[in-house]
Amino acid sequence: MAQNRAIQDYAPGTHPDLPPPVRTTGVLGWLRKNLLSSPLNIALTLASLWLLWLIVPPALNWALTEAVWSADTRKECWALMSAPRDGACWAFILGSFKLLVYGWFPEPERWRVNLTFILFAVTIFGALRENIPGKKYWLMFAAAFPFIAAWLLLGGFGLTPVDTQKLGGILLTLVVAVTGISFSLPIGIALALGRRSKLPALRAVCVIFIEFIRGVPLITLLFVASTMLTYFLPPGSTFDLLMRVLIMVTLFASAYIAEVVRGGLQGLPAGQYEAADALGLTYWKAHRLIILPQALKISIPGIVNTFIGSFKDSVLVLIIGMMDILGLGRARLNDPDWLGLAPELYIFISLFFFISCFAMARYSLSLERKLQTDHKS
Amino acid sequence: MNQNTPTSSTSAAPASSSDEKIITISAMHKWFGDFHVLKNINLEVNRGERIVICGPSGSGKSTLIRCINRLEEHQQGTITVDGTELTHDLKNIEIVRSEVGMVFQQFNLFPHLTVLENVALAPIWVRKMPRTEAEESAMTYLERVKIPEQASKYPGQLSGGQQQRVAIARSLCMNPRIMLFDEPTSALDPEMIKEVLDVMIELAESGMTMLVVTHEMGFATAVAHRVIFMDEGEIIEQNSPVEFFENPKHDRTKLFLSQILHH
Repeated sequence: MAQNRAIQDYAPGTHPDLPPPVRTTGVLGWLRKNLLSSPLNIALTLASLWLLWLIVPPALNWALTEAVWSADTRKECWALMSAPRDGACWAFILGSFKLLVYGWFPEPERWRVNLTFILFAVTIFGALRENIPGKKYWLMFAAAFPFIAAWLLLGGFGLTPVDTQKLGGILLTLVVAVTGISFSLPIGIALALGRRSKLPALRAVCVIFIEFIRGVPLITLLFVASTMLTYFLPPGSTFDLLMRVLIMVTLFASAYIAEVVRGGLQGLPAGQYEAADALGLTYWKAHRLIILPQALKISIPGIVNTFIGSFKDSVLVLIIGMMDILGLGRARLNDPDWLGLAPELYIFISLFFFISCFAMARYSLSLERKLQTDHKS
Repeated sequence: MNQNTPTSSTSAAPASSSDEKIITISAMHKWFGDFHVLKNINLEVNRGERIVICGPSGSGKSTLIRCINRLEEHQQGTITVDGTELTHDLKNIEIVRSEVGMVFQQFNLFPHLTVLENVALAPIWVRKMPRTEAEESAMTYLERVKIPEQASKYPGQLSGGQQQRVAIARSLCMNPRIMLFDEPTSALDPEMIKEVLDVMIELAESGMTMLVVTHEMGFATAVAHRVIFMDEGEIIEQNSPVEFFENPKHDRTKLFLSQILHH
């Protein structure tokens, strides 16, 4: 689209920087380029707008306008709306909220769960922020956190012991997912380094482990954990079910992390290894200072991808009878007071997973951007 | 002669090296699988001597100098560097690597660290120097290669010539006795070659023992004590630069010289 601008002649080397024509930049420019640039695009834009008009207002009406936030049973809920099922009965979720979050954790001890959640948020904040003072102390706290959390949740040493069967709902989901995610990263890195080792025995062990774990579904391993492991252990010993599940989930995620990290290690130019060697750095120092920082940085998308997968895989404990948020929610659906409110439940659970996974994805994006030191600024 | 003839403040005759042998390679052979890449290498380098190794690609020149700091392993013969023989013993390898610095064709700077961190890394973690002392030493070497103002930048923000000079400073910061250069200017744009060669000449004039694989024959003429020609894994000819360029003895040397000295 030509502009009627007077074309001036400038002497060579004196042409000033001019702003671009108005209608190709800014909001108008974006609209023209992305939504209205061709007849097909205009048609698609109009069709999309029409679809949004069909879907969004009724959905918002159902979820917000006609929704009932406080009631004791489903019948009461529907009585408060203009017609049954016209709105969402969020009262179901809010009424079951404590159960969905804490499971069957004894009421008087729930402050321990709250404290664990708060400390977890603090650990995440401290360990993942880059330039805070006393970073070393945050990292030490992050390393100690699993033990503090285990003590707070399971008891002993001055706190009332709580049976692991009492954990459920969001508490159980977070315990399984966070344990799996946080322990799988160091184990996965060790497996990746072991697989690339020059020692044949170590390499063989790592390969066999990784390929075996990747070759079977997680559900199979969970069944092994819940039924078969007792056959492999000395008779008479019991091994807590939750502990077995945590171990299986962690090992499963480690195998995938190992392959992602191995890809990152292979993606590093050989010259980096050589320069580190030529400077006289030992294997461990070279890996710690040069190789792993770069390899992990390259692997961030793959690692976060695996973490998100592990987070959602935590629902599979449903299969062996452990009541995570999905299991507990579905059990609540069978309560006669609240029969048939499946949409509300699944929307709530989906929101929980979506917010958690999306937060992880956005954090990883910001981390990648922050670590981007290799382009000229 | 090519147009990047570097300037040198001394006259054309390089200062003589000492007689003390700092590198001794004796009857060394190397294979890559079935391929016999280095054949019967015998080489002695004196302390303070500067040697330029040239030859067609695939002749084994890079492999030879990479054997000296054990980036490659030799299967037969002996290599002794400053009194330490290079064997499978890791301790010996570490000793040799801390005395031998290497500059690569692709610079191989660490992109996630600043220039200053790149240079100070080895003294801090290998020689266990305190951080402030190491950083002061690093700044001294950055001044020596004439880029102290880039200290807080990342390698990706520097030009090729600047990156290579940082790489040289990084190796020098460990105070090596020997510096190996593997085609240091081959990946540089022509206008940046001179700045790197100037740094190498200043280093040569300070008395460093240098083995340089390069095609920059002007550099050889300016500072080298010896030019070695390799082809197909063997040392074909070695001589002083003047003799080498004016009276090449073997046919392969003559052929090579005719190919590179065409302008």
